[in-house]
Amino acid sequence: MPKLTLDELRRKRAEAQKGIYLREGAFRGKVIVHMGTCGIAAGARAIVAAFLEELEKSGREDIIVTTTGCAGLCSKEPMATVEMLNSPPVKYGELTPEKARTIFKEHIVGGTAAVEYALGIGSERGA
Amino acid sequence: MATRRIEVMLCTGTGCVAGGAFRIKKALEDEMARHGLSHEVSLVPTGCNGFCGQGPLLVVLPEQVFYGWLKTEDIPFLVQEHFLKGRPVKKLMFTPPEKKEPIPLLGDIPFFKKQMLLVLRNKGLIDPEKIDDYLARDGYTALEKVLTSLSPEEVTEEITRSGLRGRGGAGFPTGVKWKVCRKEPKTPKYVICNCDEGDPGAYMDRSVFESDPHSLIEGQTIAAYALGASHGYIYVRSEYPLAIKRMQIALDQALEHGLLGEDILGTGFSFDLEIREGSGAFVCGEETSLIHSIEGESPEPRQRPPFPAQVGLWGCPTVINNVETLATVPIIINRGAAWYSSIGTATSKGTKIFSLVGKINNTGLIEVPMGITLREVINEIGGGIPDHKQFKAVQTGGPSGGCIPSSLIDLPIDYEHLKEAGAMMGSGGMIVMDEDTCMVDVAKFFIQFTNDESCGKCTVCRDGSDALLEVLTRISKGEGREGDLEFLEELGSAIKDASMCGLGQTLPNPVLSTLRYFREEFEAHIKEKRCPAKVCKNLIAYWIDPQLCQACLICQRECPAESIYGEKHTVHVIDQAKCTKCGTCLDVCPPRFCGVKKLSGVPVPAVERGIKVERKKKTGKPEHQPVQA
Repeated sequence: MPKLTLDELRRKRAEAQKGIYLREGAFRGKVIVHMGTCGIAAGARAIVAAFLEELEKSGREDIIVTTTGCAGLCSKEPMATVEMLNSPPVKYGELTPEKARTIFKEHIVGGTAAVEYALGIGSERGA
Repeated sequence: MATRRIEVMLCTGTGCVAGGAFRIKKALEDEMARHGLSHEVSLVPTGCNGFCGQGPLLVVLPEQVFYGWLKTEDIPFLVQEHFLKGRPVKKLMFTPPEKKEPIPLLGDIPFFKKQMLLVLRNKGLIDPEKIDDYLARDGYTALEKVLTSLSPEEVTEEITRSGLRGRGGAGFPTGVKWKVCRKEPKTPKYVICNCDEGDPGAYMDRSVFESDPHSLIEGQTIAAYALGASHGYIYVRSEYPLAIKRMQIALDQALEHGLLGEDILGTGFSFDLEIREGSGAFVCGEETSLIHSIEGESPEPRQRPPFPAQVGLWGCPTVINNVETLATVPIIINRGAAWYSSIGTATSKGTKIFSLVGKINNTGLIEVPMGITLREVINEIGGGIPDHKQFKAVQTGGPSGGCIPSSLIDLPIDYEHLKEAGAMMGSGGMIVMDEDTCMVDVAKFFIQFTNDESCGKCTVCRDGSDALLEVLTRISKGEGREGDLEFLEELGSAIKDASMCGLGQTLPNPVLSTLRYFREEFEAHIKEKRCPAKVCKNLIAYWIDPQLCQACLICQRECPAESIYGEKHTVHVIDQAKCTKCGTCLDVCPPRFCGVKKLSGVPVPAVERGIKVERKKKTGKPEHQPVQA
């Protein structure tokens, strides 16, 4: 009896691929949590954790969660920006972990922005 | 594994480890734990990233931000700013020499941009000690394909059609070697991986072991299947402790997963693979010596033919392939011979790994398609020569290779062109030299090396290298004679003709190629007693220019031979009789004075002691200058 059959090897490989998808570099969407001092003080760490947990549950390998600095609207922190391929970015403010979970399900999985929490659609314009 | 938002790929190749990569790792772990980031950020120790000159280094994924020259004290700031707050840290990024703005992303750095990664496809992307990481990057799919759908003949045919040639240096077609061995009626057959990497400055094979050991195991297992071998050896020098450790871990994992051993994947094919450590004699890289070493005999080469593919280890047919050759096999199987042979030149297919070292801005390990020009490698990937110095020559192929002069900078790199130029591909060492390199000194260095490493079996190699070394030493001391150069050439070609193995046959190359391109430099040593690059100690002198010396006393204080006379306000003078020519005075003389000069081929001007210093006027406005109306 071989130690590992072909099917077992293939299953093992598929399982392992889930662990390294950040390295492959092809993504459809990005959740950017604003983590300036203001964001962290307002609870952004919990927002990151909530997004990561939802991402793991969804099993999606084309979405990344990342962080960036202060968005400039400190009174609305914690904030996050969701960027999906071929659609304008959406900024969400005054987040809670529950709101984050809803946004993940509606916007990222569902494909429609969670407008009730949205601050604005599109980016700020440059000069 | 839980979902992360960042993966930190920390290079833990030997170069970065020597630079403190494990200390950086500890600091990262501590700092990440302190910020409670361990669940969001994962730290992956990888093999050699390649950009060794920037080590210790890491790459932050998914953005691919590259950070180099890390120190443990940078880590708290880096973790807080980038990993926690998402603000990449500019001051730790790579900034090309003489540029102000750093280049944040790995893919935009010229060193990485021009490369083509086939053998090193997983470098910096997997943890070499985890088989799962290799599997996830399509690891062992080629083995799967071979064992389930291809006959040994078809595998050999595929490798032959791909045009793959041995990466150890000689460039023998791999598929042909396999075919010869396969046809031999005698069994058992063996397949050996040659990782006896002995060229000074070369570390391609070590890097493959350290960054992606499973690719070698997979390639070697495929070779075994094609040959009908059931046992293989990995011959590696014991100077590579980290490479051996990682390879052993990989072998254990492969065995545990049934990717080595009995009845692999239930296909009925069985293959055992084990490591044999060599003690690092250069001659062991020669295949018949290597076989003797594994057999427990003294590592001396023997006459060929018969070639090892016919009569090899313990008298049985044996294929010996280089690390890079075997690590290329899985990708050829996966992507096809037609695809592979579309890369490279007419006679040299695929890619080649080089270790780019010496007088070059970007030191490191590169993989480039065959046919790329030296200019692209040195100026673009290598980022040119440091300190505005002139590029003089590049030594390829180590002690067996030759020096290619700057006039041939547009030479395409492949087996034939390098050979024509008097050098060779070799295993892939590439030592860049600038105007401060003396070619007599270079030739002497390599002959010194091969003279030490000659096994002594053939008289021409043993005594011939002695004689070459003696003449070269004389020339470098300024005691060269008329007729020396002709003697070097004659003896060189005799050694080539009469030596039995590759070591002797190629040993004169550094002398012959430097003579071919830099003959006038040799002649200057002999006729004018002058070393144009000012390197050979017996032909140079250090001298302090009394016009420039500002009597700062630094050289006088630092001179280890106490050969400098100097007082305040008095020009310093070097006592030539006491001077050991260590060059310390030149190094410590402040650049704004540049008082110390190196001379060669001219008599040292006498300077009297006790001359008062003429103060150099400060540039800019003197303090008490009256203002002109």
